[in-house]
Amino acid sequence: MTAPGQPLLALRGVKAYYGNVAALKGVDVEIREGEIVALIGANGAGKSTLMMTVFGAPRAREGEIRFAGRDITALPTHEIAKLRIAQSPEGRRIFPRMTVLENLQIGGTVSDAADLSADLDRVFTLFPRLRDRQHQRGGTLSGGEQQMLAIGRALMARPRLILLDEPSLGLAPLLVQQIFAAIRTLNEQDKLTVFLVEQNAHHALKLAHRGYVIVNGEISMQGSGRELLQRPEIRAAYLEGGVR
Amino acid sequence: MPREGKLDRPPDLPAALKEAAIAALVAFGLFVLLIGIRTDQGPTGALVFTTRFGALAAIVAAVFVATALRALFWRRIVLAFGSVAPIPIKRSAARLANYAAAAFLGFALLVPIVFYGNRYLLDLGILIVTYTMLGFGLNIVVGLAGLLDLGYVAFYAVGAYSYALIAQYFGLSFWICLPLAGLLAAFAGILLGFPVLRLRGDYLAIVTLGFGEIIRFVLLNWQSLTGGPNGIPGIPRPSFFGLPFNASEHGFAATFGLHYSPTHRIVFLYYVILTLALLTNWVTLRLRRLPIGRAWEALREDEVACRALGVNTTNTKLTAFAMGAMFGGFAGAFFATRQGFISPESFTFTESALVLAIVVLGGMGSQLGVAIAATVMLGGFELFREFHQYRMLVFGIAMVAIVIYRPRGLVATRAPSVSLGKPKDISAAAVGDARTETPA
Ligand SMILES: Nc1ncnc2c1ncn2[C@@H]1O[C@H](COP(=O)(O)OP(=O)(O)OP(=O)(O)O)[C@@H](O)[C@H]1O
Ligand SMILES: [Mg+2]
Repeated sequence: MTAPGQPLLALRGVKAYYGNVAALKGVDVEIREGEIVALIGANGAGKSTLMMTVFGAPRAREGEIRFAGRDITALPTHEIAKLRIAQSPEGRRIFPRMTVLENLQIGGTVSDAADLSADLDRVFTLFPRLRDRQHQRGGTLSGGEQQMLAIGRALMARPRLILLDEPSLGLAPLLVQQIFAAIRTLNEQDKLTVFLVEQNAHHALKLAHRGYVIVNGEISMQGSGRELLQRPEIRAAYLEGGVR
Repeated sequence: MPREGKLDRPPDLPAALKEAAIAALVAFGLFVLLIGIRTDQGPTGALVFTTRFGALAAIVAAVFVATALRALFWRRIVLAFGSVAPIPIKRSAARLANYAAAAFLGFALLVPIVFYGNRYLLDLGILIVTYTMLGFGLNIVVGLAGLLDLGYVAFYAVGAYSYALIAQYFGLSFWICLPLAGLLAAFAGILLGFPVLRLRGDYLAIVTLGFGEIIRFVLLNWQSLTGGPNGIPGIPRPSFFGLPFNASEHGFAATFGLHYSPTHRIVFLYYVILTLALLTNWVTLRLRRLPIGRAWEALREDEVACRALGVNTTNTKLTAFAMGAMFGGFAGAFFATRQGFISPESFTFTESALVLAIVVLGGMGSQLGVAIAATVMLGGFELFREFHQYRMLVFGIAMVAIVIYRPRGLVATRAPSVSLGKPKDISAAAVGDARTETPA
């Protein structure tokens, strides 16, 4: 448990570069325990970079990242994962030649081996499709199933915080609703803290307690999900022509 | 099947003829100097120029006809036998692989009994099993962990020299030296692993290639220890739990009341290497089911994702190198005791290439495939020994054919490492079969 008032994840003045090109130009983000926080922004704004910087790839060149009060800015990536921060990365990055079950087991690398079957059960209850396809190779799953697998794999770590990079990308509306419902369930029942990157700003902001808007590597706006949804500049930039 | 439409269409004759003409032209260009013209040493010692245009024409014609036939009928053959096999066929294929593995193992066990009188075949058997074991070892690095290693022979050499030197200087027996040789080779594996941790693909291949050569050059030049190019002669032969294989009173034959025969030692050596190879296979299959083995495979698929899931990729890579190297070292120690003599000449890049070819042709990651590939390649070499001028030609054609028609290796199926409870659906049933103990 984090001390009251202390955020679970805090980025302060984080700058990250690809070569000499700045992708994050001093970002401040706070996520409190039990929250769903959405991050929205245009293509190339730096959303995925922000998520990966939490994992040290790329590493923050300036600023500080704290998880549950601990400075993790310089920690090796796999050590960060051991603190029970999990992610479903951009592009899913499941292991294509390994079966669904094996993918999930790798996800459980940081968990107790004794909990394996309970954790598998939890994931299979959330995504019954994965149970039916547990012996299928990851690369032969449909896009939506792969997304479920990526999220399920992250959940195998029994995370305190889960980072989801565009979980609705390329999915049919019905499946998007399923994924978002799953996220809500995880948050409400399992008290999982969620940090969500989404192009689908309408859905994301409706689901999230709070949101951040990133423009060109800088946080330009923040507020409650409802509040951000009402802002005219957000409607113009991210919602117009989208879902009402 | 969407391709069925094409089956109904009559074969496209002009296109086939065009393709055949191009192939014939290429064949002509290739062979006009190789076959069409020949120089021999004449009676006076001067070179005599002869032409063989008849043979050239025959080959070009053969290429033309073969290409035309292939262009006309290949699609039908492929469709008939189905590279897109429906599920029931695939399912029985998984079972077939299991039977094949069992049959293969049974045959391997019986070889010394069936071919007892045939020293030549026994030696060939030992050679094949040795390379199978090397293939299993390299398979851990290349097939499972996905780290392309072109210098695997280095560990074979380290194992061989470790055994030779320890046995000579300290007079220890083969069975004590064997684990030491494996340990030293594993250490060499870690030594190689550290500098290449950040390298992938072609860069990794180049550095490992260099590593193999460095080890060979050290062996060549460290004269005082390794004897340099002269190698190490008189390496102790293995004994049967202390009983030497000779005609003496205390020898193996006398103790068991048999007539002394030099074949006893060959048979013993065969079973030693077979045991070592099976041990390697067993350990590999075990490891694949443990977290470390899964981490190797995941590393092959996506290193970044691995790290983000909490896999320590540094340790994972180093253990893969160390494990693969250790089995190479075992095989090397065996090689030294079998030959009784080793020199750097036995550990050239050709050996690395041969073992890598076995792993790749076997279908990376498949144990049965490695065993078959080793048998086919080394057996094939022997078979074509009489036609030694065409040996490399046939070898090359075989390689090209496999790469074209079985690009993922002879045995391309990958058995999953885990399965929960009873298989439930078709796909589960198919893979459930493959998860029994036999090498798959
Ligand atoms: N590996 C990389 N090397 C160099 N530049 C990169 C790399 N990854 C991202 N960038 C650059 O960094 C910037 C931010 O990229 P990022 O992937 O974080 O955007 P994003 O907000 O996630 O966009 P999208 O919505 O399209 O996923 C972009 O300009 C991109 O070109
Ligand atoms: Mg992105």
